[in-house]
Amino acid sequence: MKGKPLAAIISAGLSKFGKRKGFSGRELFAEAALEAFERCSNLDPRKDIKMLIVGNMSESFEHQCHSAPIMSDWAGLLPTPAVRTEVACASSAAAIRYGLFAICSGMYDIVMVGGFEKMTDRATSEATEYLAMAADYPFEQWNGATFPGLFALMATAHMHKYGTTEEQMALVAVKNHHNGTLNPKAHMQKEVTVERVLSSRIIAKPLKLYDCSLISDGASCAILTKPEIAKKYVDTPVYIIGSGHGTDAIGLYERDDLTSLKATKIAAKEAYEMAGLTPQDIDIAEVHDCFTIAEIMAYEDLGFCKPGEGGKFIESGAPMLDGELPINTSGGLKAKGHPVGATGVAQLYEIFLQLTGQADKRQIDGCEIGLTQNLGGSGATCIVHIYRRG
Amino acid sequence: MSEITPFTIEQFYKFIGERKLMGVKCNKCGLIFVPPRLMCPKCLSRNLSWTQLSNKGRLLTYTIIYVAPEEFQSMVPYALGIIELENGVRLPGIIRNVKHEDLKVGMELEIDFDTTISSTWPQWPRYFFKPSQ
Repeated sequence: MKGKPLAAIISAGLSKFGKRKGFSGRELFAEAALEAFERCSNLDPRKDIKMLIVGNMSESFEHQCHSAPIMSDWAGLLPTPAVRTEVACASSAAAIRYGLFAICSGMYDIVMVGGFEKMTDRATSEATEYLAMAADYPFEQWNGATFPGLFALMATAHMHKYGTTEEQMALVAVKNHHNGTLNPKAHMQKEVTVERVLSSRIIAKPLKLYDCSLISDGASCAILTKPEIAKKYVDTPVYIIGSGHGTDAIGLYERDDLTSLKATKIAAKEAYEMAGLTPQDIDIAEVHDCFTIAEIMAYEDLGFCKPGEGGKFIESGAPMLDGELPINTSGGLKAKGHPVGATGVAQLYEIFLQLTGQADKRQIDGCEIGLTQNLGGSGATCIVHIYRRG
Repeated sequence: MSEITPFTIEQFYKFIGERKLMGVKCNKCGLIFVPPRLMCPKCLSRNLSWTQLSNKGRLLTYTIIYVAPEEFQSMVPYALGIIELENGVRLPGIIRNVKHEDLKVGMELEIDFDTTISSTWPQWPRYFFKPSQ
């Protein structure tokens, strides 16, 4: 069963990420859906798509619960049934998993998965508060913890235990900003230098503005089919061959190790075993760089380097576009942007483009196996998927 | 301690209002834990009792927050840390009365209480960390 396709991706779409003034979440989702439909002209979306599963973290941004039917409507899919998934910033990776369940169960042949978040109409303090709602209320939020604050606690611990430096973290930002300049859909189209990162204002010590991902608007989607029918729609589908989901205590303070995310390790183990692969087999990855320290910890927890050596891994150049394992070729959450509910499927979108040779200036030649890692909150949720070119 | 006192977060904060830091002890496997739960998170036993915790601990990690949610904006920059108490229980909290440049992983801190009840939900008092006396 190892390496057996769970489902095929026959198309994907992504709205432009950024400050999309005047556009609401549903309109951004329609923008992503239209791209996915245009890529796949053999598909009759309203007739063929049997279900829509859409990730969205917070109803607070747009004062809108019950958003799934709206997305079905604005994508032109009514009366296609729709449901929302929510595990904070991993909400749309969860949508991918539920899409896999729908297909692997045999219940439906074709489903659409996606996600959206409309964040930039809110003041920074409001957005900070809504995002902080994904942390434990009675002990973390009640004590003034923020998401940059929680990852800063991990950064301080990682620096203390392993000697990881602020310069190493800055290199992650420099890399991802460079990759973002090659992605026309990225929120940020700007190179940064190590000096610029280090001198930017402090958000939560030791994390500075340029260590943090962006508050963005955006939407993403993908169309999944059962593997056997994929080539009716496209010549080169991308198969999902591994899926893993780890869950840990909501409170960072309850976890044994502050320098590693157990949920990532659990999710990665499940996905690697399902795919019959090891970290050495991965050609390209999109990881959850909500903060630069999170990308360094992802290198370690996904097995791309040894525990504690994430800082050296970025220094070696391995995750650069021309390195042995390019990571976050899209620009990552750091530069492409992080409309939280859209991020999981946006990671899939980048892998879909890369494995089908459609990534233009940032194309990695010859890549066949891709991986995505999407975190929820400070790591109580992690979802990992592994993909193979069809 | 009464065995009928519920093992809830609400009760944890009632104790904080009485200037007592209380955790839950599993009488089967011996684990002491916060937040309180209705069963032991390790062995799932429901044979539990409240136990008073040491108010001294060691700083495991810290940050200084400059961008805060609205409720905390008047306090920035403020220090937030995770401490480990002598019996292994860990808690996050705001660190007061320490110069930010003097914060160090491993330093000794102790817990103190602000028993003022918040006027809006959830109407709890607060605990915080300060330098060890």
